Amino acid sequence: MPLSMANPGQEVILNAINWGPKLKKKLQDMGLTPGVKLNVISNNTNGAFIVNVRGSRLVLGSVVTQQIMVEMA
Amino acid sequence: MAQNITIALAGNPNSGKTTLFNALTGARHSVGNWPGVTVEKKEGKVKYKDHNMIAVDLPGTYSLSPYSLEEMIARNYIVDESPDVVINIVDASNIERNLYLSMQLIELGKPVVLALNMMDMAEKRGYKINVEKLSESLGVPVVPIVATQKKGLKELLDKAVDIALKNIKYSPNQVNYGKDLEKKIEEAIQMLKTKTNISKYNLRWLALKVIEEDEVVMDLLNLKPSIQTQEELAVTGDELLDDYESLIADQRYQYVSSVIQKCIKKPKDAALTTSDKIDKVITNKWLGLPIFAGLMYFVFWFSINVGEIFLDMIDESFGALGEVAEASLEAAGSAEWLISLVVDGIIGGVGAVMTFLPQIAFLFVAISILEDSGYMARVAFIMDRAMRKIGLSGKAFIPMLIGFGCSVPAVMGTRTLEDEKDRLASILVVPFMSCGARAPIYILFAGIFFPQYTSTIVFALYVLGIIVAIFSALLFKKTLFKGEQTPFVMELPPYRFPTLGGTGISVLERVKGYLLRAGTVIFSASILIWFILGFNFTGMVDMEQSIGASIGNFMAPFFKPLGFGSWQAGISLITGLLAKEVVVSSMAVIYGLGEAVGEAAMEGDVMGMAGALKAAGFTGMSALSFMVFSLLYLPCVAVIGVIKKETNSWKWTWFSIVYTTLIAWIVSFVVYQVGSLLGF
Repeated sequence: MPLSMANPGQEVILNAINWGPKLKKKLQDMGLTPGVKLNVISNNTNGAFIVNVRGSRLVLGSVVTQQIMVEMA
Repeated sequence: MAQNITIALAGNPNSGKTTLFNALTGARHSVGNWPGVTVEKKEGKVKYKDHNMIAVDLPGTYSLSPYSLEEMIARNYIVDESPDVVINIVDASNIERNLYLSMQLIELGKPVVLALNMMDMAEKRGYKINVEKLSESLGVPVVPIVATQKKGLKELLDKAVDIALKNIKYSPNQVNYGKDLEKKIEEAIQMLKTKTNISKYNLRWLALKVIEEDEVVMDLLNLKPSIQTQEELAVTGDELLDDYESLIADQRYQYVSSVIQKCIKKPKDAALTTSDKIDKVITNKWLGLPIFAGLMYFVFWFSINVGEIFLDMIDESFGALGEVAEASLEAAGSAEWLISLVVDGIIGGVGAVMTFLPQIAFLFVAISILEDSGYMARVAFIMDRAMRKIGLSGKAFIPMLIGFGCSVPAVMGTRTLEDEKDRLASILVVPFMSCGARAPIYILFAGIFFPQYTSTIVFALYVLGIIVAIFSALLFKKTLFKGEQTPFVMELPPYRFPTLGGTGISVLERVKGYLLRAGTVIFSASILIWFILGFNFTGMVDMEQSIGASIGNFMAPFFKPLGFGSWQAGISLITGLLAKEVVVSSMAVIYGLGEAVGEAAMEGDVMGMAGALKAAGFTGMSALSFMVFSLLYLPCVAVIGVIKKETNSWKWTWFSIVYTTLIAWIVSFVVYQVGSLLGF
């Protein structure tokens, strides 16, 4: 499922990023590699998500969260 | 004579590079709690023991695969300029993501010393970091520091010197990328050995970049990106890691995780930190915007009302200074014109601007607190929805916020935007954000014509600036810069309590900047204004016949439909191009009321400035229109200069000049005409 369907408090595992190489690389550099655990902190925030990745807080816009595929941990 | 040692400071955004740079060099560059404060490299001298060192503060970056302009600056410096040692600042409280860059820096082959910053934060979160073990695992020296408290700097410099002068052995451990990738790396290295123009680069690093098909490296080597992918990808045997780039990133992170497991004891991840809890409220879908608006209103209310307490003091001292100067010049038998130049021109012009220093200073205090606390990054986030509607991401709002201080750093701040079109659109709209220099104009006019509602009017003008900026961005993105939407990805820094030292420095620097302008630009402008208002080509004349009046008269018809068609208004706005505060200086010189400006603003003084302005035809409506025009019309010369520099194009510079003036005219026209029709 896309990350955009996850709920706050859930822990999910990243499967894939469906995006061109440039953004994908950027996201990977920021810690979003396949298999990493994401904690959804909040989504009650203008369509964007705040997630905890490897201890840092990332904001992901709604366009991005639709293209990040995850599964429940 | 010891040789110079060059130290590059590299690290993730918001890991404290500039704080460390300031601590090492004694410089006072602005720091803030959001990613992307530093967008240029900065150099400073460090004297330590017998060593002369040059420290270079680089913009933050998450990796050495450059994504935006400022990340490119960091990478190019380390790769091409070969500093003697790279101090890699690592945020200990966010160590996993930070070490990912460290691994790449080590791969680059330049000697690296790890500065483990924010150890206090890490300890507070219950991290137990075994520094020696970490150093051993990575094969590079690791020094724990707290840059804000200047802790551990001596040890850090000792290590940096030792490494730079090769006093201690430097033998870093490399990431092992696994069998398949290592084979690929070996192949690439063999291929690279046939190339000649790459002697200064580390082969292994270059090989990795070739595998990643890094654009810059491919260009350098004259290689074309391959199209092999699909069947080759099957090699990795993992459907999730469907290309080498992903595999490299993944292996690097796995390596980092294994290092961390060995060296760091973390408590179980607490569900939500305090920062997260605050964000639940502050970035809430419904509460975010009202909280932002409320805070901004409070900022203006606070700076105007608290500043007012100190206003009389400055006002009176300039009044007194004027009298003393006049008396002593008269006593010395100076010529009439000289007395007039000093008293009416310089003291009047500069004094008029200085009068507003307290308010501006408190505005700076409020803005600095917002910046240092981490709230700025949240505003980018809160504004993301509105910004997305116009085709920009929330990140583009950060330079706009910086514009509340001054448009020059704001235009430069657009470097954090990855997309060139987004960056250009942002540069063109940033000047609509009301800078500190425009505040004196509002405070003066709103104080005289709307004494009951000064803060409300000032707040409304700032909001109008935001609205015009957003509207213009929308227009540009729909017409000139059509393009795909840039996805919004940003790190949220944890909230921090602003420290007296940190916030104090940024306030002091800003106040110093304001004073410096008063002493240079505004000082010279005041002399110029006094001159053009006292002379024409035949010599000294009445003000009505002066060059200034002629220029003002020439401009007046242009401003007539806006409600302020007097030559006084015309010449003030023209001279305001030197610096926007000069509008106020000009008014002061014209009406000969330098030291009374503040009083007029605060007490709606009918006799002095207020009377003069009203006599010159200003009404409430035309004052409002004048303030709107001052807010929006073309930026001062400093901003025009930086726009030229950052766009590297006269075409866009001229576009900005024409567009801002046009918009200013239209909006002021609407405000004045509609207001008049409604009978205000």
